[in-house]
Amino acid sequence: MSDAPLLEISSLVKTYRSPGIGPFARQNARPALAGVSFSVHQGRSFGIVGESGSGKSTLARIALALDRPDSGMVRLQGRSLFDLPRRELRPMRAHMQMIFQDPYGSLDPRQRVEKIVAEPLAALGIAGRGERRARVRASLEAVGLKASDASKHPHEFSGGQRQRIAIARALITRPRLVVADEPVSALDVSVQAQTLNLMSDLEREAGVTFLLISHDLAVVAHICETTAVMYRGRIVEIGETAAMFAHPAHPYTRELVDATPRLDRDRHREGHRASEDARLSTGYGDAAIQSHRSGPSSPGLLRFVRNDELGSIRQGHVPDGGADTTEGCPYVSRCAFARPRCREEAPMLETKGGGSRKVACHFPLD
Amino acid sequence: MTLSARFRPRGGLSLWLGATLVAVLIAAAVLSIIWTPYPPTAIDIPHKLAPPSHAHWFGTDNLGRDVASQILAGSRVSILVGVIAVGIGLAFGIVLGLIAAFSKGLVEDGLMKLSDFMFAFPALLLAIMLTSTFGPGVVNAIIAIGVYNVPIIAKLTRATANGVLSREYALAARAAGRGPIAIAVDHVLPNIAPALIVQATIQFAIAILAEAALSYLGLGAQPPQTSWGKMLADAQNVLYNAPRLALYPGIAIALSVLGLNLLGDGLRDALDPKLKARS
Amino acid sequence: MLLEVAELAVDVPTPSGLQRVVDRTSFSLGEGESLGVVGESGSGKTMTALALMALTPEGARVSGSIRFEGRELVGRSEDEMMQLRGDRIAMIFQEPMTALNPLRRVGAQVAEPLMLHRGLSKREAQARAVELLNHVRLAEPERAARSYPFALSGGERQRAMIAMAIGCAPHLVIADEPTTALDVTVQARILALIDGLKSESKMAILLVSHDLAVIAGHCDRVIVMYAGMIMESGPVEAVLRQPRNPYTLALLEARPRPGAPRGARLATIPGAPSVAHGHHEGCPFAGRCALTVDICRTVTPPEVAFGAGHISRCHRAGEVGFAP
Repeated sequence: MSDAPLLEISSLVKTYRSPGIGPFARQNARPALAGVSFSVHQGRSFGIVGESGSGKSTLARIALALDRPDSGMVRLQGRSLFDLPRRELRPMRAHMQMIFQDPYGSLDPRQRVEKIVAEPLAALGIAGRGERRARVRASLEAVGLKASDASKHPHEFSGGQRQRIAIARALITRPRLVVADEPVSALDVSVQAQTLNLMSDLEREAGVTFLLISHDLAVVAHICETTAVMYRGRIVEIGETAAMFAHPAHPYTRELVDATPRLDRDRHREGHRASEDARLSTGYGDAAIQSHRSGPSSPGLLRFVRNDELGSIRQGHVPDGGADTTEGCPYVSRCAFARPRCREEAPMLETKGGGSRKVACHFPLD
Repeated sequence: MTLSARFRPRGGLSLWLGATLVAVLIAAAVLSIIWTPYPPTAIDIPHKLAPPSHAHWFGTDNLGRDVASQILAGSRVSILVGVIAVGIGLAFGIVLGLIAAFSKGLVEDGLMKLSDFMFAFPALLLAIMLTSTFGPGVVNAIIAIGVYNVPIIAKLTRATANGVLSREYALAARAAGRGPIAIAVDHVLPNIAPALIVQATIQFAIAILAEAALSYLGLGAQPPQTSWGKMLADAQNVLYNAPRLALYPGIAIALSVLGLNLLGDGLRDALDPKLKARS
Repeated sequence: MLLEVAELAVDVPTPSGLQRVVDRTSFSLGEGESLGVVGESGSGKTMTALALMALTPEGARVSGSIRFEGRELVGRSEDEMMQLRGDRIAMIFQEPMTALNPLRRVGAQVAEPLMLHRGLSKREAQARAVELLNHVRLAEPERAARSYPFALSGGERQRAMIAMAIGCAPHLVIADEPTTALDVTVQARILALIDGLKSESKMAILLVSHDLAVIAGHCDRVIVMYAGMIMESGPVEAVLRQPRNPYTLALLEARPRPGAPRGARLATIPGAPSVAHGHHEGCPFAGRCALTVDICRTVTPPEVAFGAGHISRCHRAGEVGFAP
């Protein structure tokens, strides 16, 4: 395994301009990415975690050169994708493929599976008819489907099977990198498990490295060695996945971890909901439950009565998404640990303490 | 969902009924080329306004011409107008619509504004303008109706193409490395075809009606050529004596329009792979 | 008992005839209690919720018994049901975007049940609507009331829907996947809000979800559905700590667990979740179940009791347990 990264993202910035409503409204500029950088190495799948408005889907599209950033660079196997002429960019696509969230929308309902799975080969002019058919067959079998499925239409398959077809399509050019944007969100739990197992197998056996984008921490933790947490177009924390979720340094990561409903059998033995042991992450919104005004308080009891903690936030900007354009930290309005400095100065993503973890916070949690 | 399942006949009744009616229409047109009971233009004043009889199945008109023969001959004009006018609409409309959908931005806006402009003219007015500039006659009527069809098809193509392009499978095709033409041919056209087919049959029906209107106004078929519209116009004069002379061409038009609409619905369903599985 | 459901069955029309999607389910809910209904696609959980409010699709047939506050609901006329809906029984839906009318202001929609069921005047109802929006912790409630749904975020719309639902202080609130379409941090707040509202007003909640963890955190009791049938039911801690049904167990083991080694094999259920297979006898999970034996295919499994209301429908219920 070489040390040169498979995929290198540098300082990506992307702003969407949407027309204002009404004849006199100003054009709204929504920054979707406000300077994102990270590297993905061969054999070490990488996760991106974020909620709506974090910019993760924009990032996925730009990483695959389906959209141009306003500035910044994307390097695949050392070559800068946006500096390549169109003619040379196309064959690069053999090395990077994508799986989408919606198993019902990502397959053309009018085409047979054979044509769908072979599409990347057709696009890149790889292989003649005979070889294509053989490769389609191999790809289908690699994802646990039958060769005879090639002549059917997508609607004859269940959601989980369609996702497998999408994976078969992504694999057919034998890419090194597969970007998976919420690949299992639309699937039932039991089918999710099958698909995740398949992805793990492909990682091991086909040498595929995933860039997995999801809002679901458990899914990301299952596949990805390293994960970046995104908030409003910026990476706020990045590090080894298991350690990061067990001991988050950025308050937003902590908020995500706390908010994820957990099904620990251990929790239930000790009783849930009213437990005072914050370490067991009893709380839904523990971090948010604490007062906005004071600093970090003692491990939280769940309290329902405070208006602000449970309420929606509308302080200065709509929590709907888009990077913050004001001076300070983008998370300041939601942060339970915010201090004056946080409003004035945006923190940089830096290594704090030893190890590989990087946080963008002036007062990271210990 | 359940409501439409109750009302819509199973097994493609629309398709069969529509296809039958259209087949009859086409057969009549083809037949009239080689044979009609009487020459449609043969004037026979002594037998004018004769009621239906063994000799004249539909009777004769105010000049003694056999109505049945005229209906048959008129079908030829209707088919011709429908096919060519819709053909023009499809050929130019699809191309313009696809260009608009793929180009986005100013090109898309510009093309759609152009379509709106063309749309703004009532079809008939447009036809009248064209025929008065270039002269009356079936050919000019066809061109006028054809031109009117272009913006309709262009807007529909653009809207449905945009719908397809926003789906994830179009994005997947781009991610696979396919260019815009390949995506247009392989993904967009097959998926917008159902909507276009239905619209085409509707436009066909409208074309027949439009031609009838133009001929009624004297701008379409010129004597001695005959068309259903012209028959309607002529029937006006003798409406109180022989209302049946308006009925025959009217019913012919109605049945053709009905057949085409049913055919469109049936074809759209027949071509849908999802529905194919169930029937 | 606030709600007693016995042998509820729902058949829906399909192109190939009536298909049973809820198969003889029975459960009950007391005042102030919360019951979770968990299942995958095709389990019938949503249809069960809809049947309670007589909101099943056109042509669907509902049989069995639904007793709400002592009165039988199955077979009631639409007029009578309309009186109950929004007043004594309320529902919160999954997609706040489509459940709210995009062309009417939020305040007007929240006010509507108040005018309908409580006879308030328009002005009184609008004022009360603002109070309700404040009660569900919407920031700037007056502004929210004047806004149209598109101006609110997903979480805010869901709060508005909750406000609409609780306006008339219903005794039973049915929440069908109320947070599935929301971000996880928003979900946490909304669920906490619902908990809060429940504890201050003693309303009973029927929470439908595909997410066992959500149910675990917010419900007293749970019923696990598969292909229209209740496979297991009981107190939440009991069912999740010691499941007695192979399907429940399989659901629990299929979830990637935090802290487990990366890439560890997840226990899967072969095949895909199925819809109820009609009036056939036998267990709907037979074949996919690791414990399947011959009797499973021919005889519908009986209910086996495990104390404290914990019931499992399985021929081999006693043998079910976590792998050591």
